[in-house]
Amino acid sequence: MAGLSAASPETTWRHRSARRAAALAAGLAALAICVTLDAATGPAMLTPAAVARSVLRLAEDPMVDAIVWSIRLPVALMAVVVGAALGTTGAVMQTVLNNPLASSYTVGISAGAGFGAALVIVLGTWLPVAESVAVPVSAFLFASLACTCVWLLGGLRGATAETLVLAGIALMFLFQALLALLQFMASPEALQQIVFWLFGSLQRATWAKLAIVAGILAALAPLLARDAWALTALRLGEDRAAALGIGVRGLRLRALAIVAVATGAAVAFVGTIGFVGLVAPHLARMLLGEDHRWLLPGSALAGALLLSAASVASKTVSPGALFPIGIVTALVGVPFFAWLVLTARRAHW
Amino acid sequence: MRLSVQDLSVRYGSRKALDGIRLDARGGEVLALIGPNGSGKSSFLRAVAGLQRHGGTVSLQGATREAIGFLPQDNGARAALTVLETVLLGRRRALGWRVPEAELARAGEVLRRLGIAALAGRLLGELSGGQRQMVFLAQVLAAEPAVLLLDEPTSALDIRHALALLTLLRDLTRQRDLVTVVAIHDLNAAARFADRIALLREGRLLAAGTPRTVLTEEAIARAYRVDAHVHEAPDGHIAVSPCRALDEAG
Repeated sequence: MAGLSAASPETTWRHRSARRAAALAAGLAALAICVTLDAATGPAMLTPAAVARSVLRLAEDPMVDAIVWSIRLPVALMAVVVGAALGTTGAVMQTVLNNPLASSYTVGISAGAGFGAALVIVLGTWLPVAESVAVPVSAFLFASLACTCVWLLGGLRGATAETLVLAGIALMFLFQALLALLQFMASPEALQQIVFWLFGSLQRATWAKLAIVAGILAALAPLLARDAWALTALRLGEDRAAALGIGVRGLRLRALAIVAVATGAAVAFVGTIGFVGLVAPHLARMLLGEDHRWLLPGSALAGALLLSAASVASKTVSPGALFPIGIVTALVGVPFFAWLVLTARRAHW
Repeated sequence: MRLSVQDLSVRYGSRKALDGIRLDARGGEVLALIGPNGSGKSSFLRAVAGLQRHGGTVSLQGATREAIGFLPQDNGARAALTVLETVLLGRRRALGWRVPEAELARAGEVLRRLGIAALAGRLLGELSGGQRQMVFLAQVLAAEPAVLLLDEPTSALDIRHALALLTLLRDLTRQRDLVTVVAIHDLNAAARFADRIALLREGRLLAAGTPRTVLTEEAIARAYRVDAHVHEAPDGHIAVSPCRALDEAG
């Protein structure tokens, strides 16, 4: 059983941990640059230095401060928070469903959110509350409902990861059909609104919405962190995880409940944003491996970075116009994902 | 330390995989489970490990159920985990977000004991089947179990490593007063390393006892439908030489 490395296991561990910490630090630095660029980019172009001065409260121009603090920063930070949520939940789903293609799309969560939003848009005039409140609430509720359906199924005796994936795909088609029905019945104005919501947009971000999403995610993070080792063990297969004393069914249900709330919160305010939840965990996995103490923060960082970069791209692809971010993530995400799949070592699935 | 199994039965739908098995295993003793494919060896181990619904009772004297270490047969896991991370999972209950130095040292020690310390930084997907088998055994041993349930631990190993592993298991069993139950296909290895052998066929216990009492030509013919020559090797162990397969009618 001889190997090539002569270093002791403990030394190997320390080197690997140091490499991972360096990768995360580099990712954080890249994210800081991306967020600055995001805040600098828009109809009134600012320099990154001007943004940095404003953020550090060193700016002398109240106009720059107003642009940065009232408009740009909530959008830029919403990209970070939503991207982090999508990346983390994607990683959790891929682990608990034992499927490299799992994301909030796979189990119908995004389709549920889309249907929820569209339902409110179509029913808009009959609702007692403002549409700006009702749309995210409904999107959140239906995203959670989709995940709850999968969750309930997971609670049945004998439910496997495959059962959950199949149920999720069935739910996705159901919600897509219901969404298509709503689009078919909607007025031209409502239809336009639905389509715009489905494209996904960060421009509706405000500090209040950002605080809600960030607060929910901050509350969920410790719950997920507590299960990091159990999730890592699950990557060795259900049997082996169970042999290690992990209640696989309970872990899966806990993780899905967290995913339901986190994804619901993330998509409620920004609409459905594809591919981040799928690609970010793969990127993190390639760089950091599958020890979930590293994979979960890594996926959050990769998701934040991808969505932040997509936000910059959405504002620069067509100068003067805002390209829907959902389209950018899909357009960039597909070839990137193809590259990942074709070039990455296929050793992990 | 004592593992006692009473009237153990396991069903898969209408099929009985195990039927009324009664077995005892004592601390410091290696019990080998032998029998043809589908005889119920894996079902027995899974049931005792608590991973399989079953009838009958499994009781442990001198340890809790958490002290059971189970090595499943499947070595196919290809997660992007290093060998050391995989072994540390065996110490999961003692780990927080940070891995204490003592736990790291303990996992490293198990790797050194199994002779695979040099693989510590390698990913599971980069290993051979035999290396993965050793890594998963290291994971089980890292948990320092009182009861070891091992399903075909040598199936992917060459004879040298299989010999070394079985010797190590026997030594550990003696030194730490473990109850070790090993499902194994190699009758000669079972005869050489087990203190007692349980012979299963179609979910029933055909015989249990010392290798000399269980490994008879009649029992092998009955259980495996194989004509075998059983003799005593120069070192005193029982040796089995399979000669020809008998037809199903016997």
